[in-house]
Amino acid sequence: MNGVLLDVANLTMRFGGLTAIDDLSFSAQAGHITAIIGPNGAGKTTVFNCITGFYKPTLGRIALARDSATFDLAQMSGHKIASAAHVARTFQNIRLFPRMTVLENLIVAQHNKLMCASGYTIAGLFGLPSYRKAERNAVAKARGWLERIGLVDRADDEAGTLHYGAQRKLEIARALCTDPVLLCLDEPAAGLNARESAELNRLLLDIRATDGVSLLLIEHDMNVVMGISDHIVVLDYGKRIANGTPDAVRADPAVIRAYLGEPDAVESA
Amino acid sequence: MSRVTTSRGANHMAVAALKDAGLAGFVALMLAVPLVGFRTIEVGSGLGLQTRFDWVAYCVIAVIAGRLILNFWPPHWRIRRRAKAPHVSNAQHRTTMKLVALGGIGFAVALPFLPFADRYVIDLAITILIYVMLGWGLNIVVGLAGLLDLGYVAFYAVGAYSFALGSRYWGLNFWEALPMAGALAAMLGVLLGFPVLRLRGDYLAIVTLGFGEMIRLLIINLQSFTGGPNGVSGIPRPSFFGFPFAREAEAGGPMPFHELFGLDYSTQHRFIFLYFIILALALITNAFTQRIRRMPIGRAWEALREDEIACKALGINPTNTKLTAFTIGAMFGGFAGAFFATRQGFISPESFNFLESAFILAIVVLGGMGSQIGIVIATILLVALPEVGREFAEFRMLLFGAAMIAIMVWRPYGLLSRRSPTIQLGSGA
Repeated sequence: MNGVLLDVANLTMRFGGLTAIDDLSFSAQAGHITAIIGPNGAGKTTVFNCITGFYKPTLGRIALARDSATFDLAQMSGHKIASAAHVARTFQNIRLFPRMTVLENLIVAQHNKLMCASGYTIAGLFGLPSYRKAERNAVAKARGWLERIGLVDRADDEAGTLHYGAQRKLEIARALCTDPVLLCLDEPAAGLNARESAELNRLLLDIRATDGVSLLLIEHDMNVVMGISDHIVVLDYGKRIANGTPDAVRADPAVIRAYLGEPDAVESA
Repeated sequence: MSRVTTSRGANHMAVAALKDAGLAGFVALMLAVPLVGFRTIEVGSGLGLQTRFDWVAYCVIAVIAGRLILNFWPPHWRIRRRAKAPHVSNAQHRTTMKLVALGGIGFAVALPFLPFADRYVIDLAITILIYVMLGWGLNIVVGLAGLLDLGYVAFYAVGAYSFALGSRYWGLNFWEALPMAGALAAMLGVLLGFPVLRLRGDYLAIVTLGFGEMIRLLIINLQSFTGGPNGVSGIPRPSFFGFPFAREAEAGGPMPFHELFGLDYSTQHRFIFLYFIILALALITNAFTQRIRRMPIGRAWEALREDEIACKALGINPTNTKLTAFTIGAMFGGFAGAFFATRQGFISPESFNFLESAFILAIVVLGGMGSQIGIVIATILLVALPEVGREFAEFRMLLFGAAMIAIMVWRPYGLLSRRSPTIQLGSGA
């Protein structure tokens, strides 16, 4: 897999008088892990919300190239982006279905496939064998993911009863059950301890290697960002201030300025 | 908890308890003076006012005394809410629920043949079953999909009127009108749902409330077609597959039910038959809901109730999914409405006011949103309690209110709030 998977061009998002994203362009390669970093309020989550259809961008184009088809995500509604363009996402504040079981969370993620298999419910109501088979496959797939994130023994517990780290992993597994080509992770390591975030790194690398899913992530945890990213885009006040490999970005004076502030004039003199 | 043993501490507690009781007494006084203290009586040709301040005094004394008893009640006697319900596994829970359900269905089928089942009991049972069915129908919308619908009675009204008017203008009988009532109610559900289901929470509740009133006003004002406030009377009774429940056969008509089975004529046959119709309708509603909960669409409803944004991110179309829930709920409301019309023989817009919607919603909420058996228990409580309380005459609504408060205090999530999973690992489909 090679070439540009996601191409964001001249993306601008205004909320009234506030320009959250200002003429942003970047691209994410297929099979890469691309990170978006920046200080608080730089507009990272807004970029995500534009890509995944939760916001309609004011200006700009977001093109996703998949299987020789190109989708303009800026013109599609949120659920279509997930179901047709196969872009999945997780949320900064975890959004599981807390009163449903872990397994049900993963089955709901396969809704569209199962919906077709159930003949839009009508065939399913009569319990046709084709639907039963589809449901078995869905359970098998969910089980596979539960094994990978180590939650098989919690499968029938309510998702809300899992501890924080497990909920994060479950949310990632749920997003992957939609068979995405691009998975957008909004601060997946937030609130995880060192051991858990190392585990997360391994999981993300494994997802890219085994499932061929490209990743786009927002992250503050530099161990995660520098450890696994192929490419980093740095935002500040809605503008791109740097773009490159982790090493190049780390050495970029503009990035250091954005994170640590301007050196004092007297001191620098 | 350590007990206060010093006399100072005890004094302090006594003062606090007295203060508390005094305050409660004051509130009781303020409420009792207008509610109990005055009474209108007929004096000659007009109305006169009678004061009953002795009653007010009794009320206040009762409240103060009750409050004092409550305050000095030894703490270990108090009902303590368990921090956590005892752990019952899903499998155990499911077996218990299955047994309860089977027992309930067995009892329901046997009821008309039990010795105490006179006309009054069967009539009450029919009323209960109508509300159970409405509760189960609304449960799809409120309990599963989490859409607060305050105008559910509109679909009930449409079902009732489509049969009443269908029989008046086109001579439809109950069995012909039943599917039509469901279809019309469902269609109305789609029509309302399309523009409205983009709204969320409180906004949706307000719009559905308005819609319920609109349908009622429409029925009142389309007088030439619906009969307006006078209602529609002479709605035909259902027949037993074409055999009427009558003493004598009509000239040239089929023989009556009792002759068909060689029974003696009894007016009770018709009621028992009505009872079984609504029992069957309710059980169909239940079976359908149980089954659809395990379909992708049912899971999507519950997911939507939990988190709409997450649903969107998983590629679930929220509008379509809500619309199906709304429509299916409406359809069952329509079926129940058609049954209501044939049972009453007369319907008027008065039967479909907002209180009815609120009552059905109360059943769903008290039962524990989403719980089928909880709804049955809540209906029995809410319908039967006012009946039992008839002896208390004017105080029965007070009892009713107290019972509702008690349920909400002890079981804030409804009578049965446990949700059984729609699929389990290992059990497969």
